[in-house]
Amino acid sequence: MPPARGLERSDAMYRARLFAVRHARAFEWIYHRLEGVMIALDPVFAKIGYNRIERPIALVERGVKGLLFDCRMCGQCVLSSTGMSCPMNCPKQLRNGPCGGVRPGGYCEVKPWMKCVWCEAWEGATRMQGGAKINDVMPPVDRSLEGSSAWLRVSREKAAKLRESRDAAKTAVAMAFPSARKNEPSTAPLAAEPPAAVNRETLR
Amino acid sequence: MNDDYPATAPAYQEPPAGHVSNSRLERVLRAGRFAVTAELNPPDSADPADVYQAAQPLGEVVDAINSTDASGANCHMSSIGICALLTRAGYGTVYQISCRDRNRIAIQGDVLGAAAMGVSNVLCLTGDGVGVGDQPGARPVFDFDSVSLLRTIRTMRDQGVFLSGRKITRPPRMFLGAAENPCIEPHEWRPERLAKKVRAGAEFIQTNYIYDIPLFEAFMARVRDLGLDEKVYILAGVGPLASAKAARWMRSNVPGIHIPDAVIDRMEQAEKPGAEGKRICVELIQQIRDIKGVAGVHVMAYRREHQVSEIILESGVLKGRAGTGARRSHAHAHAHKPDGPPRGD
Repeated sequence: MPPARGLERSDAMYRARLFAVRHARAFEWIYHRLEGVMIALDPVFAKIGYNRIERPIALVERGVKGLLFDCRMCGQCVLSSTGMSCPMNCPKQLRNGPCGGVRPGGYCEVKPWMKCVWCEAWEGATRMQGGAKINDVMPPVDRSLEGSSAWLRVSREKAAKLRESRDAAKTAVAMAFPSARKNEPSTAPLAAEPPAAVNRETLR
Repeated sequence: MNDDYPATAPAYQEPPAGHVSNSRLERVLRAGRFAVTAELNPPDSADPADVYQAAQPLGEVVDAINSTDASGANCHMSSIGICALLTRAGYGTVYQISCRDRNRIAIQGDVLGAAAMGVSNVLCLTGDGVGVGDQPGARPVFDFDSVSLLRTIRTMRDQGVFLSGRKITRPPRMFLGAAENPCIEPHEWRPERLAKKVRAGAEFIQTNYIYDIPLFEAFMARVRDLGLDEKVYILAGVGPLASAKAARWMRSNVPGIHIPDAVIDRMEQAEKPGAEGKRICVELIQQIRDIKGVAGVHVMAYRREHQVSEIILESGVLKGRAGTGARRSHAHAHAHKPDGPPRGD
């Protein structure tokens, strides 16, 4: 029995998350298609200007993924590697698996009323074709990219095989986390970020 | 070394061939000996004497002393401060880093600071949530998780760069450790999580408390199937229980602790619960020692430090070896002043 819950986001959001994990295979398929479209559109996006479309696309993404996955718009989406269970919903925002405090029955240490995001993730991953990606070591979230569109980032990163970056920090992360760079390039992006995709508070 | 270099200060050392650090723990493990580590309960005090007093009984029987980093989200003397004191006195230390309280800038800086103080083992932990601690209103950080932290320190050590790509002229020579909690859900995925930590850089593992041998054996069987026992040194966590009541309290209040009812029943029926807790711990160590793939034990004796050396000696795992602090305790126990640079940990 999950213990009593406190003040939290709505039940509907939590149920949506569980639904996404149960249907991880279908979402994986949809995501794969979407990704193909986004990559194919790279020249179009580049022509219009990534900076110009950043805000509208991010708005759509926030709506869609918020509804389906309780997405927190980290800007470095790893849903395809985490069984369609968004790791930003983990109270510790762990990107690499559950902590050691999981409660009996697979409930969260910090929010005992909800299932551990990572127990769910592993369950979802077993339903997916690319489920083994859950074993990739993910870098820490780049907080300056919060709120930006991960879809556009995927399109920028994947379209150009391995974009050259003169940014030493970006290169360092990509080199330190090579499997994450390969399978989820938006977690270790190399392409130049359009100004609109970077959190204003962190802009120099 | 120039003339104004303090005589009592530690000096940077390159690790011996075939080793990544100057850690005694690493040497013992690579030599195939059964390693012993123990946790030091950090004082709520600024007096170095409290640290040395707590370390003295542990030092005789362990290869390294773990310095906890606000475990259970309770505030105590810092892990890095304790490590700095202990390395000055020649003890081997395991510097525990929790991701809960500091961000990537602080942690990478602290790793260099700890290494400069002669710390050569580090244990990368996620950390308990702030809610269980003495200051639940604190802001949780969790900038890294234990896995990305491992990979970051490995990058600092082996590539000689920060995560920003900036060069480190003298990299931190640290033996990299991580935790695992074999008896906690999701049981079937715990070995996979261990594999991930090994891929991220873990070279030794200290587990949370093991009180359930069948569960741990199942975990180790899977670990061996994955070939992980060949890639990482696993030290199983044990600890003496004080009483049935304390055991129940731990089980329901400390995150990530699994104690089977049978163990609690045994404590309940014991005439002298303290002695029974110790006996259970000795038995657990002896059972754990015989499990293939286990490289050592890690003793966490919260408020029962006085029992640690007896437990280790009774278990027979040392086979006559002396601990990291043996030289000290024979010479002058409870010494408070540093006596020269650490002697290779």
